[in-house]
Amino acid sequence: MEATPLSPEILFLIGPVPISRPVVTTWIIMAILTATSWLGLRRAQVHAGYVQSALEIVVETLAAQIRDIIGKAPWPYLPLLGTLFIFLAVANLSAVVPGAQPPTGHLETPAALAAIVFFSVHYFGIRARGFGNYARRYLKPNPLMLPLNILSEITRTFALMVRLFGNMMSHELVIAIVVLLSGLLLPIPFMLLGILIGIIQAYIFTVLAAVFIGAGVGSVETT
Amino acid sequence: MNIDLHMLSIIGAAATVSFGAIGPALAEGRAIAAAMDAIARQPESAGTLSRTLFVGLAMIETMAIYCLVIALLLLYANPFTG
Repeated sequence: MEATPLSPEILFLIGPVPISRPVVTTWIIMAILTATSWLGLRRAQVHAGYVQSALEIVVETLAAQIRDIIGKAPWPYLPLLGTLFIFLAVANLSAVVPGAQPPTGHLETPAALAAIVFFSVHYFGIRARGFGNYARRYLKPNPLMLPLNILSEITRTFALMVRLFGNMMSHELVIAIVVLLSGLLLPIPFMLLGILIGIIQAYIFTVLAAVFIGAGVGSVETT
Repeated sequence: MNIDLHMLSIIGAAATVSFGAIGPALAEGRAIAAAMDAIARQPESAGTLSRTLFVGLAMIETMAIYCLVIALLLLYANPFTG
């Protein structure tokens, strides 16, 4: 167990750049996801095989969910949001694999993902509505609300980051403490709970990203 | 037993999490109760309701998360104890 949850364990150095265990886990997850998609869709056919059918079910389900939330054709948003959900689900579940540390349990990965969501909201918003219309959104109920609107942009991104990080980190910490106290069998129910938490957090992160993008595009009226 | 800055930080962190959890816990309970009521009345709208519920719960949870951040700062990145 590392000293604090804020400083990851360093495995090795590439030049001056330290590489920590969560980063290696991220690389392995990326390799697995890429290999699965590439192998499953290398010879895509109309009469799909088992693997291709499974992948298509995943994509169709994600597209239907995104269509329900954003209320428009989901295809421009599916690459970002779908990848986000699949990566987060696999990353959160990697806590179960011995030796792997979920990258979402350390501050850096959620911060990077929240930054991606923050910028893509503006990107999709400006692309859908034009710069003038999009910028006018910040003056919307009343020009007096401009500082509050900007503040809410920042705080909601921050909360998106800390929600994922806090849930995963505290779950890791709880398991570490239970292992320290009792040993072998007692952590198993907590690890089962961790699977549930991981899936729910991946879902919540993706749904919130979709809601933010929907609000930026102008089809969802929220916060 | 003399009270030093470390001990005060730990007490502060415990108080932050414990008191900060009260409000969001009550609020999430009320939100879920209302959603259950709505689903019982209109089972066909369960999909929309549960999605909105998740987003709302995440918003409510934000308050508890801020408390968690403060507690973590006190424990691991305290500016006074170093």
